[in-house]
Parts: sequence; structure tokens; C-alpha cells
Amino acid sequence: MSVTTAPTHPGTAPRVAVSPVTTATVARSEWIKFRTLRSSWIVMAVTVVAVIGIGSLVSYFTNSHWSSMTEIERLRFNAVDRSLVGVNLAQLTIGVLGVLFISGEYSTGMVRATLGAAPRRLPVLAGKALVFAVVSFVCSLAATVVAFTAGQSLLASHSVGWGHPGAVRAVFGAAAYLTLVGLLGLALGFIVRSTAGGIAALFGLLLILPVIFNALPASWNNTVGPYLPGAAGSALWTLRSDGTVLAPWTGFGVFCAWCAAALVVAAVELRRRDA
Amino acid sequence: MIEARSLTKRYGSKTAVDHLDFEVRPGIVTGFLGPNGSGKSTTMRLILGLDRPTSGSVTVNGRAYADHPAPLSEVGALLEARSIHTGRSARNHLLALAATHRISTRRVDEVLDLVGLSEVASKRVGSFSLGMGQRLGIAAALLADPATVILDEPINGLDPEGVRWVRNLLRGLAGEGRTVFLSSHLMAEMALTAEHVIVVGRGRLIADVETAELLEGGSSTVVVRSPEASELRDHLASPDVTVTSREAGLLEVRGASAEQVGETARRHGLAVYELRVESASLEDVFMTLTSDSVEYRAASLDGSAA
Repeated sequence: MSVTTAPTHPGTAPRVAVSPVTTATVARSEWIKFRTLRSSWIVMAVTVVAVIGIGSLVSYFTNSHWSSMTEIERLRFNAVDRSLVGVNLAQLTIGVLGVLFISGEYSTGMVRATLGAAPRRLPVLAGKALVFAVVSFVCSLAATVVAFTAGQSLLASHSVGWGHPGAVRAVFGAAAYLTLVGLLGLALGFIVRSTAGGIAALFGLLLILPVIFNALPASWNNTVGPYLPGAAGSALWTLRSDGTVLAPWTGFGVFCAWCAAALVVAAVELRRRDA
Repeated sequence: MIEARSLTKRYGSKTAVDHLDFEVRPGIVTGFLGPNGSGKSTTMRLILGLDRPTSGSVTVNGRAYADHPAPLSEVGALLEARSIHTGRSARNHLLALAATHRISTRRVDEVLDLVGLSEVASKRVGSFSLGMGQRLGIAAALLADPATVILDEPINGLDPEGVRWVRNLLRGLAGEGRTVFLSSHLMAEMALTAEHVIVVGRGRLIADVETAELLEGGSSTVVVRSPEASELRDHLASPDVTVTSREAGLLEVRGASAEQVGETARRHGLAVYELRVESASLEDVFMTLTSDSVEYRAASLDGSAA
């Protein structure tokens, strides 16, 4: 008996050249998907404008109202933090962008086409996370650098320079924080598969959880509070602290752990559940 | 070649697909028939690895779909539910899918042309009609020039022009030697396009036969119109022959051939105005086959279940 290799395409020679699906090819596909949706750029623009606009506005008014500020307000003032205050709002928009990057596929059914093309599934999560992280970090860093520069010039005599201790860390840290919040949103979007649910889960973690812990006895709140995602992540880019936050890199590490945990759950669920 | 071995899928307590065994042979159009809710779409999702079987297995060209390094070139699928992001243009949708397999931009434009969407390629899919969405879905299925094409209810919601287009496309695909697996709840469509049919009801396999064979299985009826119908009826009557009448002067004869009916009339000098054979439609055969397995049946008007 002669041994022949059965043609995969009986009767037809393959006319279209294809390559195996890898995380790299899926990442390229995800980059096309990201940049071809108008909503991606609108939400990203809102994020950048929030960081720069709010930082600049608050810096301007701090300088113009300096003489009428109370002693406590002046003591709490930190020039670097003041120029980056927009990150507090921007974290919500970039988080929503992360959720939307996948929940939009579930709501439209696109995910079936996505998983049909990459049925091993994990490359989809990896590709999306990679594309999102790169785009977010580039945009966020541009935003925080501009916000810091503009904010310091608007703070005039109350400003500090790049040489100020922690300034560079805060500017890069804020960009990294925004990127990670977006990844957290992406992971939550993969887990709950709906835009509304994903946003609710993200805002719950970042905004509601601290409020709940605030209502608990102070000893609890002081012990656990700093480890909550928002507080832990802020440690890296907030220079002025009230004493209950973690050390910058410890806090950042804790926040990374939160995001990593969410991504691991997302990966397990993506593999396990029906599409 | 698609092979299902004891394929089973349960969602909670509901069994959508129940120990299905079938093969979809290469190079022909195989129809997948069943009433709504009989597990056709679930089976197709199982083939594509979108859902995981509860037990059993299904392979495409010898391997699970997900185990193929370049799955889109093995199977191209159009699922019943739309799988396209409405905010993206048709061309960008295909470019994104093509990127996963490093398929060239030229091929993307080729399939857009093939399905007749070149003119609207840069329009957002959200503005597409049902038919245009269906064409885009077919373009995506053909993107990697797959040897096997799976189409779930491809003519659902299409206008007559779209139906004809899909029908010609299917013939073309089969003519090129591709394996075509096509689901539908429209029997007439299957009679036109499918060489082989797999019939399911409530997730179970009911029939797996050649379309022609399925049609032969149904008994044919001889319809005869005569001004002396009641006399003819008396002469035809025998234990093997049943004669019914829907209207005056028209008889429906089962159990006798047209020749036998004609000869009987001649022998007794009865006038015949019309004599024809009504072969059972695939639809009739289908109804008979699946009558026990229709999931949702309308209650009859007097309130008792049909």
C-alpha cells in the first residue's frame, strides 16, 4: 500500500496563502480592530483631555487663589500632585475603554468571529491586552507629561521642576496607573461580558469599595484600605500622603497583583466557558 | 469532512444536542434540517469550538477545529446570529479577521468583490441591511478559501434576489469541490440545493440519507378529476387503495399508480379531465419525520393540545 498524504483540500488547490494563528498575528488583528473603531479614539481623547485639561485648570486656579487659601490648604498642597489631579477622572474613562474593547464584541456578536479565527482563545486575551497596554501607555504618558509641564507653568511661583523628588516617578507612574486601570477594565469586560456590567464592576472596585471600607471601623479601614486597588495604585503617582498609604512601589506592586489576578480569572473563564 | 461522534450538549437540564452521530462528506452539499430549536445552530457552534460538547466529539478534517494551526482555511462559517461589530466598516472587519491568518489585503478586496460589497466596503456595518450583513458574513466565511463551508440559515431574511444569489453561490462552491454544510428549516430550499440531508429533531438524529432517497420514501398521490367521480371511486376501492376527496369531482388516490387509475376509468367508460401524480414534497416527508419532535407546537383553537 502506498503512503500518500491526504490533501487537506480535496479537489481544490489552496489558492489563498495563510499562516498559522499566533499571539503576534492576533495582536495585529486586535490593533486593526482598536484603531478602526471611532469610539476607541473618542474615549482615548477624552482621557487625554481629562488629564491635561483638569490638571491645567486646577493648577491655574490654585495659583490665582493662593492668597485666599487657608493654611491647611497650603500645607496639603503639592505642586506635582496638583498638576496630575486629572488622572482621578481619566482613570474612569480609560477603564471604560478597556471594558469596551471586549464588551463591544460580546454585545455585537463580533466575539464569535474573533474566536472563530483564533479558537485557542488565549491569544485573543493576550493580543488585546498587549495592544491596549501599548496604546494606553503611549497616550497616557503623553498626557501626563503635558499635564505636568503645563500645570507647573500655570502654578508659576508655586511650581517645581522635573528635578523635584518623585516628579518623574509620579509622571511615569500616573501613566502606568492609567494603563493598568484600563487592563483591569479589559479583564473585567472579559469576565462579565457586558458593557454595563464591566463598568459597574470597575467603578465598584475603584470608587465604591473605598466608600464601604470608610464606613467600617477605623482599625479595619486603616489596615485593609491601603490595599484596595485605587489606593494601592495611587501610591506610585501621589507624592503627598496622609500616612495611611503604602510605600510607592509596594502600592504599585499590590495594584499590579489586582490586575494580574483579574487577567488570570479572565483567561480561565475565557478558556472554560462557551463563547 | 466533518465527523460527529456521539456529540452531546446540555445547557443546564436542557439537552440541545443528544448523541448525534453523522459525517459530512467532502465535495457535496449536505443539508442540515430540523425544526427551530432542534439543535442545528448548537451543532454548528460545537463544530467551530465556540461551545464545548458535554460529551462526545466533533472533528473537522480529522482534528478538532481549534487544533488546526490555520482554522479559517479549514472551515469558513456563517453563523445564524450576526458576528460583526456594527461600528466598523466592512473592509476593516475583514482586514482584522485576515490579519489573524496573515491573509493579504488583495484577498480581502477579492471577497468583497465576490459578494458584491465593494461599493459599500468603507461604510459602517451598522448601516447595512440584513442582506448586506449576510453577504459580509459570507465574505468572511470565504476569506481563507476554506475547503469546508458551514452556513447556518443563510437565506433567512433575504429578499428573492438574495435567495437566488445564495443558491447560485452554494452551487458554485460545491462545483469547486468544496464541502458545504447548510442548515435550514426550509425544506424546499434543501430539495433544491442539498444532495444529502441530515435531519434532526430535539437534538436527535432522525435521518441521514440522500435527498432523492428521502423523497422516494414519501408515498405519492394520484389526483384525478372526473365528472363521474363517485362512480370511479367505487371502482377504485380495494383494501390497498385509499381514496379521499377534498372537493366535488376531484379524487386523491393513494396505493394505486396513475396507469391503474387511468385503466380503471377506461374499462368503465368514465370520462377523465385530469390525471396527475403528486409526489410527496420534502416538506411533507419532513413534517412526517419530525412531527414527534417539534419543540413548540401551537395548541389547537379549542384549547386542547394538538
